[in-house]
Amino acid sequence: MKKIILLNIFNFSFCTVAVKSAEKGGMPQLDPEFWVSQIFWLTITFGTLFLILSKFILPRISKNLEQRRLQILENIETAEKQREQSEKNLKEFDEIILKNKNKAKDVMLAAREKVVSEITKKKMKLDEDLTSEIQNVEKEIIDLKLSSPKKINSIASNITNEVIKRLIGTDVNESSVSALVEEELKKLSRSTNGI
Amino acid sequence: MAANPMYQFNVYRIGPEIKIGEIDLSFTNASLFMVISSLAILIIFNLGAQKKNIIPDKIQLLSELSYTFVSKMISDTAGSKAKPYFSFIFSLFMFVLFCNMFGMIPYSFTVTSHIIVTFVLAAFIFIGVTIIGFIKHGFGYLKLFVPSGVPAVLLPLIVVIEIISYLSRPISLSVRLFANMMAGHTMMKVFGGFVVSLGIVGGWLPLSFSVALTGLEILVAFLQAYVFAILTCIYLNDALNLHH
Repeated sequence: MKKIILLNIFNFSFCTVAVKSAEKGGMPQLDPEFWVSQIFWLTITFGTLFLILSKFILPRISKNLEQRRLQILENIETAEKQREQSEKNLKEFDEIILKNKNKAKDVMLAAREKVVSEITKKKMKLDEDLTSEIQNVEKEIIDLKLSSPKKINSIASNITNEVIKRLIGTDVNESSVSALVEEELKKLSRSTNGI
Repeated sequence: MAANPMYQFNVYRIGPEIKIGEIDLSFTNASLFMVISSLAILIIFNLGAQKKNIIPDKIQLLSELSYTFVSKMISDTAGSKAKPYFSFIFSLFMFVLFCNMFGMIPYSFTVTSHIIVTFVLAAFIFIGVTIIGFIKHGFGYLKLFVPSGVPAVLLPLIVVIEIISYLSRPISLSVRLFANMMAGHTMMKVFGGFVVSLGIVGGWLPLSFSVALTGLEILVAFLQAYVFAILTCIYLNDALNLHH
């Protein structure tokens, strides 16, 4: 009986303690039991964090950033330099091309002149040759023209003579025959001319 | 007990009791998450700092972007004079951010949801900034409480208000972070409790709310770390460039 009462009292007191702590536990933040411990551990952890960050880690990050900045600046500078160089090269190249173009034009003009003069020279020579040839041929033609009636006359009188000989069987005076032929030819030429 | 939304903020001992005299310095779950956050920061940034590629990979990019983010924040708010304090503000921002973010993992512990932690950080900043101000400007630092262009009649009142606002800085700074974290986590716990109590029939509404709240809380976790750091920068700016 005594035991039960004791147990009850113990239980009761335990319960009230639990209830009290629950009530008091409305805000555990205001319970000062672990305040000192929290302050102590906060100082240790935050202090360590601050020391390691400021002594080792942050300087390295800042160095990295600075290095990258420098590297980028350097790269931009070299790029600028190279751009200038390439622009200069391009200008030089253009100049060379222009110079060579002019040179080529000159060469072409000279060659054309030379060719043209040669052509004219050759043409003149050819013309000369042609005119002399034509003259020769004309002269020959004139000669032929001059000499041909005589020949035709003799051939015609010969043929006439032969024909008469065959027809009649006697020789005819050659001079009369040729006179006859000449007369006939004259008549013919007159009639052809008259046409 | 576990249904109590404040239960998640309980601090309890992990491992043996460490006592120096009457002072209890035991390793607790809060200490564990401080250590985890610090280690995570150190590991991530150490990995990021070891690589020296001209074109960074992901982890290098992460650390370098954080670096430039914090450095830009400091130079924007406190100018170039604040450069020596970069390491401290970077550590502070990362520590608060990681503690907040680790707190978002279910069943974890949020270090920054305890007023004592945020108050110690804020008090340290307050004392540090005040010392810096007095070192840089001597007693001229007290001109901070006397804004220029105020009529002489109003001056006593303004000075009192300025002094009160200056002295309440550590409180506002610490309470802002602590209250945000605590309120968010409590709310999530409450909605989580609704999901369980409403069951499979009605639990979907608080569940969807809980999902949305998780996103909001992640945003708040980042934002509060940012606010904490940027307010530190602003206080530092007051101490470094006295131009009231």
